[in-house]
Amino acid sequence: MDLMEKNLELLEVQKLEGHTDRVWNVSWNPVSSHAHGTLPILASCSGDNTVRIWEQSSLSRSWTCKTVLEETHTRTVRSCAWSPSGKLLATASFDGTTAIWEDLGDEFDCISTLEGHENEVKSVSWNAAGSYLATCSRDKSVWIWEVLGGNEFDCAAVLNGHTQDVKMVQWHPTMDVLFSCSYDNTIKVWWSEDDDGDFQCVQTLDESSNGHSSTVWAISFNATGDKMVTCSDDLTLKIWMADISMMHSGEGYAPWTHLCTLSGYHDRTIFSTHWSSDDIIASGAGDDAIRLFVDSKHDSANGPSYNLLLKKEKAHEMDINSVQWSPSKENRLLASASDDGMVKIWQLETKL
Amino acid sequence: MTLGLVNANPVVQAKKERIARTLNQYKDDGLDPLDIYDILSSFLNIRDPEHPYSLEQLSVLSEDSITLDDNLNRILITFTPTIQHCSMATIIGLCLRAKLKECLPLHYKVDIRVSPGSHADEASGKEVI
Repeated sequence: MDLMEKNLELLEVQKLEGHTDRVWNVSWNPVSSHAHGTLPILASCSGDNTVRIWEQSSLSRSWTCKTVLEETHTRTVRSCAWSPSGKLLATASFDGTTAIWEDLGDEFDCISTLEGHENEVKSVSWNAAGSYLATCSRDKSVWIWEVLGGNEFDCAAVLNGHTQDVKMVQWHPTMDVLFSCSYDNTIKVWWSEDDDGDFQCVQTLDESSNGHSSTVWAISFNATGDKMVTCSDDLTLKIWMADISMMHSGEGYAPWTHLCTLSGYHDRTIFSTHWSSDDIIASGAGDDAIRLFVDSKHDSANGPSYNLLLKKEKAHEMDINSVQWSPSKENRLLASASDDGMVKIWQLETKL
Repeated sequence: MTLGLVNANPVVQAKKERIARTLNQYKDDGLDPLDIYDILSSFLNIRDPEHPYSLEQLSVLSEDSITLDDNLNRILITFTPTIQHCSMATIIGLCLRAKLKECLPLHYKVDIRVSPGSHADEASGKEVI
């Protein structure tokens, strides 16, 4: 099915109001949003120091705010991420802490608070097995935490290497390899070769590796984990690839190489990008627009190229901070968060 | 501590006469560069730390510094520090931004830069502020 041939549009399903300050990040619950018979759940976090949990009603099909997680963080909550089991939610805050919440059904309980960063925590990410958590901060460091039983979390590593504020951390979807991106314009790859918890920086993707020339804001992997997309203040999206089968078979580290650069599509900073399970790349930028890109599938000497599938102008009234595809295979739902205080749910559909 | 002045010989312009305008005008129709200049006019009287001259007289900011794209709702402010290593550049930029945020509707995008070639930090590729 060639998406470019279909006449697709991004329809606004609902606008979720409630936050009283800019919304920084959204995260779909991987289990409830995916499995049959359960309703999708979305978490959003904001400059109003709270996290909101939104659920879709089975009767009315409309979204409502099920819970507000408040009175825990004392400053902006910058990032939120569900554990792979869908039972825990990690929230990273400018107050320097990362809180871990457990979903008890009708309420959420804060079971742990991870401290250690010297200043604002910018991002949090769970590995595929849910055994590691990673956080990063304006203090330039990346921390790895081990998830032990009984609500215990232990600091496993403090990784220094970035020379500026680290904006995002993201674990690889199938391997325990950690990626971080920063205001220092680079992407760093961290790996523990002997799998003993001793993580080292095994690669730095900078301008000399065909990398970005300004702040890198986000990283996202495709479903198979052999490609990733990064977005930047330099107004480009870059696609990277690696021979991960080599890593899976224990032949050592497979380096990431630049595949292609999508330039000329954005004229303001791209703050967020997300690669869907059916290979559509979404971007959210400082011009209030959402853009979708797909692989053109035309072989050329220069490798693959990507085409703009559609551009949704004025998706929000202010800068878009986060775009996330729902893990559900049944419908193509996209959530977006903006400085305008709104979370929006979109559906990608064929025009009638 | 340096003993001499960092900027010993500033270039000074004459002060301009200006007609006062009301704040209400900004909300209704589109903006023009003169509206923005008015908002920032209070900055023009800030004194340079080393001399009895205002930022306006030292050509740090003028009407030409402001570019407005009303269709896209974008504003570009370019100011010119008097010296290459002006330590006040970041503060001036942040104050300009804070003042505009206070007065303008939320959907405007504001970019504040030092004019090309005027500041040592410009080469880093990031906004100075």
